[in-house]
Amino acid sequence: MSTTPAAATGEELVLGPPVLEVRGLEINFKGRGGLFSKKLPDAKAVDGVDLTLHRGEVLALAGESGCGKTTLARAIMGLLSPQAGEVRFEGQPLGRNLREYRRHVQMVFQDPTGSLNPRKTIYEIVAEGPRVHHISHGPDGESEEDLVARALSRAGMRPPERFFGRYPHELSGGQRQRIVIAGALVLDPTVIVADEPVSNLDASVRGEILALLMNLRDELQLSILVVTHDLGLAWTVADRVAVMYLGRVVELGPAPEVLLRPRHPYTKALLDVVPEAGGMDRPILGGEPPDPTRVPPGCRFHLRCPVVASGRAAQLGIEERCRSEDIAITESGEDHMAACHLVELGEAP
Amino acid sequence: MTVLSLRDLRITYSTQGGPVPAVRGVNLEVGTGEVLGLAGESGCGKSTIAGAVLRLLPKSAKIEGEILLDGQDVLALKPGKLRALRWAGASIVFQGAMHSLNPVQRVGDQIAEAMIVHRQAQEKEARTRAGDLLQMVGLPARRIDDYPHELSGGQKQRVMIAMALACNPSLVIADEPTTALDVIVQAQVLRLMKSLQRDLGLSMVFITHDLSVLVEVSDRLAIMYAGKIIEEGPAEQVFHDPKHPYTEALSAAFPEIGDARFRHRPSGLGGDPPDPMNIPSGCPFHPRCPKAFDDCPTHEPALYEAGEGRRAACLLVEGVRAPATGGAG
Repeated sequence: MSTTPAAATGEELVLGPPVLEVRGLEINFKGRGGLFSKKLPDAKAVDGVDLTLHRGEVLALAGESGCGKTTLARAIMGLLSPQAGEVRFEGQPLGRNLREYRRHVQMVFQDPTGSLNPRKTIYEIVAEGPRVHHISHGPDGESEEDLVARALSRAGMRPPERFFGRYPHELSGGQRQRIVIAGALVLDPTVIVADEPVSNLDASVRGEILALLMNLRDELQLSILVVTHDLGLAWTVADRVAVMYLGRVVELGPAPEVLLRPRHPYTKALLDVVPEAGGMDRPILGGEPPDPTRVPPGCRFHLRCPVVASGRAAQLGIEERCRSEDIAITESGEDHMAACHLVELGEAP
Repeated sequence: MTVLSLRDLRITYSTQGGPVPAVRGVNLEVGTGEVLGLAGESGCGKSTIAGAVLRLLPKSAKIEGEILLDGQDVLALKPGKLRALRWAGASIVFQGAMHSLNPVQRVGDQIAEAMIVHRQAQEKEARTRAGDLLQMVGLPARRIDDYPHELSGGQKQRVMIAMALACNPSLVIADEPTTALDVIVQAQVLRLMKSLQRDLGLSMVFITHDLSVLVEVSDRLAIMYAGKIIEEGPAEQVFHDPKHPYTEALSAAFPEIGDARFRHRPSGLGGDPPDPMNIPSGCPFHPRCPKAFDDCPTHEPALYEAGEGRRAACLLVEGVRAPATGGAG
């Protein structure tokens, strides 16, 4: 966990023990067609990702749509099986223990309305997790009702009993998202994977849900992986940020480092398009949006890279390597890493 | 010159559950070449206003007050004149507009159709103009023969913008035009709209819940809550120095990266935007307002002067009424 939130740039990052480890993960989707139409090539949605989530850490996984961030999240949930690599939870690789694993790692989806069964009461919805896992009592002998009440109240639905008999449509968007979170909390998870947890909510309500996630992290030492396209959100909640491009993590580090001193030209490009006053004069990344069926050779970003396009890469003598050398990010123990040849030269993008 | 002027606009939907007041007395003006940003959350009435200007609302909506477009009373128009008004007087770019393209018609024909229907051009000329328009929105003119499915989301939104400009309207209304797009594409489309607006001197109403987008493209901002405008003023001032606590909360929902105040401290409001069927008494924002005091539940604030060119509907605005403690919001 990090400390001293007031001095954002002088923040100290203290990480707990690893909880979830992703190692060399690859996930391909088969190309469609083939019988009557042109066979489309396979899509490399996740193309060699290493990532570690630590106890009590909030890690933001950022990138454009199509970068593989949701696929990675689904693989972490065990909803997709990888072609290569593995996901380890508390040191154990995912495999036959999936059922047990899903108690400890819970997912919160983007659309609270779509993920709640409209015909079930709030109580039934929250109690579904324990029932699926055949848990009728808590570790201290609590009844199912106690467990549901505790989860609801942890999610900020107080007093919980008032909501037991109500239906999702009677609640507001923010409350529905709290129910989804309660449904995750009822199983006492270690990890929560939240895929765009606030993007479907009204702007004024978002802060409350994010504050709830932050509190849960602090009180329950939960580890939270937040999948988002919004770097402003990453700034607000994340301890570390991982930026994905075309199936790879291209930059990883403490949030203030990555967001204020980006080392990868792609991260810089994403930061340049965050809307703000007077932002109309900043450069915008051109080129084709990333297509996972056609990963370019060399650095996968070189075709769109402003450093290559401006000729700066050539001046620095790295252009040839950008075009031909596939560069990966590796966890070398260093805090802030980027998969870019500029880093070796100590140059900023 | 004023292009659009709304005077005491009130719009009520009649539903089975009773009348739902969506817009409750809005006064707004948009000048020539001006971009007005209209912000607010779902249900605040911002899209209803957009629909009313083009008379696109369902019959169940009762509209009172005045809507003047280029001095013409939109609400009094007969059907024939009304048709002329749409596209040529004012056009609209919707949220998810890319789904409103006809999937079995070439995009060039769809752009040309607007011009032909409005008798602004003959078929051949309309086609040439459609090509020019595509180039203007940053697409190659050869895309004129493409079908919508051959274009990406951002490209379809560009086609919709070209269509909105086809008949040289005096006002373009953009209702969440970039919400469904990816971050980089969103920035490209915003940049395009802003440069077209500058080059052509367009007057625009830009509607979205995302205040950070609005402050980038707008000259002035108007913030809506529960069917009313609660703050209005020059865009950057409203965003960076809000006078209304609700604007302050909206602005905090889109923190600037690097702003240490928000690091690990997400800020939001309790509660939810009010149900239009059940609007709180006094200041409609008071149940959620962190600065509410004794007078708020009983006194509905008007839009008070709050600095040069600025107005805010809050009792805390200097000189209106001071609470027992604390200063102006």
